[in-house]
Amino acid sequence: MKNRLMMTSAAALLGLGLGAASAETLRYGTAADIYGFDPHSVTDSFTNIFMHHIYEPLVRYNAELDIEPALATHWELIEPTRIRYFLRDGVTFHGGETLDASDVAMSLMRAVHPNSPLRGNLPGLVDVEIVDDLTVDLIMGGPSPLLNNFLTNIFIMDSGWLEANNSVAPIDANQGEEGFTTSNANGTGPFIVESRRPDAQTVLVANPDWWDEPQHNLTRIVHTPITSAATRVSALLSGEIDLIEPAPLQDAARIESAPGVRMLENPGLRSIMMGFNLTDTLNDGNVDGNPLADVRVRRAIEHAIDMDLIRDRIMRGKSRNTGALVAPEVPGFTEELNERLPFDPDRSRELLAEAGFPDGFTFNLNCPNDRYVNDEGICQAMAAMLARVGMEPRLVTEPRQIHFERAQAGQTDMFMLGWATLPMLDGFSVLSAMLHSPDGSMGTWNPGGYSNPRVDELTRAIEIELDPEVRMAMMVEAFAIAKEDVAWLPVHQQPLSWAARDEVELTQSADDLVRLWYARINR
Amino acid sequence: MLGFLIRRIIQSVIVMLAVALIAFMMFRFMGDPVNSMVPEHATEQERAEVRERLGLDQPLFVQYGRFIARAATGDFGLSWRNARPVSTLLAERFPATAELVLVAAVLSLVVGIPLGIYTALRPHSFNAQTLQFLSLVGISLPTFVTGILLILVFSVWLGWLPSFGRGEVIDIGWWSTGFLTASGLKALILPSIMLCLFQLTLLMRLVRAEMMEVLRTDYIKFAKARGLSDRAINFRHALRNTLIPVITIFGLQLGGLIAFAIITETVFQWPGMGALFIQAVNFGDVPVMAAYLVLVSFIFVVINTSVDLLYASIDPRLRVDDAGPAGGGH
Repeated sequence: MKNRLMMTSAAALLGLGLGAASAETLRYGTAADIYGFDPHSVTDSFTNIFMHHIYEPLVRYNAELDIEPALATHWELIEPTRIRYFLRDGVTFHGGETLDASDVAMSLMRAVHPNSPLRGNLPGLVDVEIVDDLTVDLIMGGPSPLLNNFLTNIFIMDSGWLEANNSVAPIDANQGEEGFTTSNANGTGPFIVESRRPDAQTVLVANPDWWDEPQHNLTRIVHTPITSAATRVSALLSGEIDLIEPAPLQDAARIESAPGVRMLENPGLRSIMMGFNLTDTLNDGNVDGNPLADVRVRRAIEHAIDMDLIRDRIMRGKSRNTGALVAPEVPGFTEELNERLPFDPDRSRELLAEAGFPDGFTFNLNCPNDRYVNDEGICQAMAAMLARVGMEPRLVTEPRQIHFERAQAGQTDMFMLGWATLPMLDGFSVLSAMLHSPDGSMGTWNPGGYSNPRVDELTRAIEIELDPEVRMAMMVEAFAIAKEDVAWLPVHQQPLSWAARDEVELTQSADDLVRLWYARINR
Repeated sequence: MLGFLIRRIIQSVIVMLAVALIAFMMFRFMGDPVNSMVPEHATEQERAEVRERLGLDQPLFVQYGRFIARAATGDFGLSWRNARPVSTLLAERFPATAELVLVAAVLSLVVGIPLGIYTALRPHSFNAQTLQFLSLVGISLPTFVTGILLILVFSVWLGWLPSFGRGEVIDIGWWSTGFLTASGLKALILPSIMLCLFQLTLLMRLVRAEMMEVLRTDYIKFAKARGLSDRAINFRHALRNTLIPVITIFGLQLGGLIAFAIITETVFQWPGMGALFIQAVNFGDVPVMAAYLVLVSFIFVVINTSVDLLYASIDPRLRVDDAGPAGGGH
């Protein structure tokens, strides 16, 4: 009954406010819903960016992906393992509480709690010491050059609110109780939660007391998850939704030709690449040993693939071909690394013959069919191109859950993987996960077993090097070695694919995260 | 009667146990749910810890046993996707699915049966022929295609009806209903048409075939010879006998409506149990999938039992317990 009253009064308010207020309501449709409001219990990137509207980190990325102060105004290195953050004065939570050092200490420790799936997103944090009301020291296990990058993703909650609601520890999915923080939120961010019906609708309203000067002109955000891509596009075309993300690539032409709506398609951070089985035997081979372990064969594969054709025919000309394992926005990228071996089927056949496989060989080629933009189409094209130089790839395309499990278990000979380096936005992400020899902590995504002692050595040094220039030089060196070895075959950076009504003005950041605090509606 | 019910209850428990077991065996082929729960750069150790906390490192039968033991106390655990109790999630979604299925079922009855009667009574008229042809389309077109077509015509081109969601809903206790608001009713139209279309055409064709069959029988001829009015013959005698098999089929199809609702709910972003299930499948959310499958199998058993009871009360020949003189002599 109470809810019913609330609904009616909300409807009445809406009726009164129509006109001025509705002009700045942004109706926003995405493929998935957020998992919940607890910012330390979920690693899903969409949930995470949505949380950025409600909660805020100490430092944040702006639209150009530069780090700028948020709840912390500045910071300084006291010792290599002690970094001092000075908090912004006079910031209040949506519930009225004032931000202070104890909030920061409790939130950071909550994020690295053993129950928190996010704790890998703030590696090395040992303790947080409160210096005074607005100053904290972060104590790290070792020098942490990427600390600020990691902190952009760790949200600050109010300590009193957490204590009052028995939520100091993050939610443990294996306990049978529902956490208060899953359905309730109390942040400092530009928007306040008004209501939520899971998988149906989440409504945010602008925070009038936000500490920052708003660049947006929104009063409300109405978010609706719309799983079916066709329905999502229809809702945009019929005017029920102002912004959709992602917009399916096959509908891009239809959206562009429709009046009043447009596509937003820029190359993103996510680099697509192919991994190789580098062990002694193929999983699905017809020859002794493993031809893929021979670098000449891997070069032959690179020469055999016509990326321009894939870009123009499969990606509608919107992807960016790459020779590097990271996008241009990511530290570690250089123009030299970005050069691909030219498309040259004759050279490819020569290399195969040199390696002792003039008649080719069979191997399996595994791809997801629901993870990356046109992933299945890219792999079909690649399989055909490899067949043309005499190889016999056996193409397997599967849903993402199965594909990644299989790939990570090393059951594939050549497999597709995309890597955006998020949340750290640094080449170290690729080096540590995909190029370092698998040793339990690093090389998690190196199932093929690529191993080069120099790369390992550089990766370990980069992890703790605080001088940005030295660090950059080491990353470039490591990437150059991996490139020479064709440890991975870079494919392209896939395009971001959003669509919006013409009156919605929006910046599209390369990390594919929708930052509505930069959105404006101009009617 | 009581014995029949007890037998059915025991059977239903066995069915649910079996469904849960099959479900658990299938989950193994769905990929590793841990991948959706850790950051992509998580270390092997972090993955192993998550796996251990969720009990995924245990053998299949241990996982199954734990699920059954907890389910027996009414505890279906927490969803791995959004950390809320599975029972709460299902209870939240149930009204949306129930209202959609109810409207679709009523539509298929209210439209399907009269159309069936009409086409049976006037089999050679132009209208009946057209309806017969259209019903073929309805029965053979995949429902998601119909759904997308409906959206294209009524939302995108005409702009009359919403393409997604339930509109505004009102909470009555734990039940959220879309029946009481204009936008809620509008939102029901397209999804319920999509959902009922198959059922509607099936009923229409079934009623037509049964009715034509009955109209050829001797007692209808006798009734005609006695000079009864057409109306009395068609509706008092023919229709009644037609409806007996129709009820069985309708009952069985009601379960089908709940199952088909998965597709409808996905196309129209209808926040019901089917949509919840699809999201759980995409994520690898084992607790939600297991509970949903058990719940749906339970609903199937309840519907089938009710149909059997109803059937027996409509058709006296089928009462097993008091077989009566008809069965004598053996």
